[in-house]
Amino acid sequence: MRSAHAALFTRDLALARGGGAGLGVVFFLLVVTLTPFAVGPDLALLRRIGPAILWLGALLATLLGLDRLLQADHEDGSLDLIALAPAGLETMVATKILAHWVTTGLPLVIAAPLFGVMLDLSPDALGRVALALALGTPAMASLGAVGAALTVGLRRGGLLVPVLILPLAIPVLIFGVSASAEGAEAGGALTVLAGLALGYAVLGPFSAAAALRALRD
Amino acid sequence: MRLVAEDLIVARGGRPVLDGISLGVGSGEALMVVGPNGAGKSTLLRVLAGLIQPLAGEVRLEGDEFEPRERMHLLGHLDAVKSGLSVDRNLRFARDVLGGVGDPGAALARVGLAALADLPGGVLSAGQRRRLALARLLAAPRPIWLLDEPTAALDAAGQALLIDIAAEHRAKGGLIVAATHLPLGFDGAATLDLGRRP
Repeated sequence: MRSAHAALFTRDLALARGGGAGLGVVFFLLVVTLTPFAVGPDLALLRRIGPAILWLGALLATLLGLDRLLQADHEDGSLDLIALAPAGLETMVATKILAHWVTTGLPLVIAAPLFGVMLDLSPDALGRVALALALGTPAMASLGAVGAALTVGLRRGGLLVPVLILPLAIPVLIFGVSASAEGAEAGGALTVLAGLALGYAVLGPFSAAAALRALRD
Repeated sequence: MRLVAEDLIVARGGRPVLDGISLGVGSGEALMVVGPNGAGKSTLLRVLAGLIQPLAGEVRLEGDEFEPRERMHLLGHLDAVKSGLSVDRNLRFARDVLGGVGDPGAALARVGLAALADLPGGVLSAGQRRRLALARLLAAPRPIWLLDEPTAALDAAGQALLIDIAAEHRAKGGLIVAATHLPLGFDGAATLDLGRRP
C-alpha cells in the first residue's frame, strides 16, 4: 500500500509519459529557434537578449497543458476520488503541482542551457539562466494551478488560464531575467526570485484547493 | 455507526434543489433515494459526501471518530477511469488514494474483469467501467457507500453482482445510500422519495 500522495504522484507521472510531456520542450525549442530569424543573425544582439528569449520561451511553454492539470480529473470524476482521500485537498493539489513541474518544468530547466547555446550565451550565462529557471518554473506551476482550479468547470477554460495568470507572472519574469543577466544586481534578483517561488509554492496549493472547493458542483 | 443528515437546504445555480431533507441510516441498513430526474438525488449524495456545502443543515457521522469523507465511497455517474492506464493500474490508484489495503486482483476477479486487468481503461465499455468502479468498493473497504444510479449501464449479471456485494457489505455492518429510479432489489431497504415530500 502506498500513501495517497505517492499514488497520485506516480499516476500523474505515468499519465504524462503516455500523453505528450515533451511537447513543452519542443515548443520552447521552436520559440528559441524562431527568434534569430525574427531579429536577424546579429550574435551580439542575440547574446544580449538571449536570457530574455529563454525566459519568454520557458514562460510560454509552462502554460501548455496547464488547463488540463485539473480539468482532466474533473471531467472523468477522479477529482471526487481525490477529494475523498484521507489527506487534505491542499496537499493533494500540491502533489499534482509537483508532478506537473517534474514533467513539464524540469525538462525546460534542463533544456534551457542547451538551447541557450544557439543564442551564443556564455557558459556562465547558461548556468545562471538554468538556475533562475529552476526557481521560476515551480513558481509558474503553482500559479498555474490556481488558474487551472478557477477554470476547472469551464468548457473553454484553456484560453482563460494564460490570460488569468500571465499578469501575475510579471514579477517572476522581471526578477527571473534580472537574475539571469550579468552584473551586480543578479544575486539580489535571484534572492527575490527564490522568495517569490517560495511564496507562490505556499499560496498556490491553498488558493487552488479553495477555488476547487468553492466551484465544486 | 450512523449517518445522519438534518434539515438540509441546498441550492444549485441559485435554484433550491433540496429543501429541508432529513435522513438517518444506521449500520447494516440501506436507503434508496428515489425521485424523478432533477429531484436532487445526485446532489443529496454529493452533500452527504461533503463535496457540496449545504446552505443550512448538517451531515454528521455518529459513533465514529473519523472524518466522514474518510469513511465514504461515492460512486457517481462518472467512473473516474483513466483511458491511458491499465485496468489494474486504475484500480490500484483508486485504492491507494482512498487509503485501502484490499487486493486489486481479487476485486477485479469478483467483478469479472480479471481477464482485462492489463488492458488500458480506454477500451472498456460503459458497463465494464461501472464494474471497475464497483471493484473500488471492494479494494478499498469503507463503511459508507454512496451509490448514484449504480446499475446504470450494468447488465443483468452485473446487477445481481451489485445486489450480492451490497448484501455482504451490509452484513459486515456497512451502510448504503443509493440514488436510483429503478428498484435495486436490496433487501429491507428504506426509501426516501424526493419527488413527493410534504
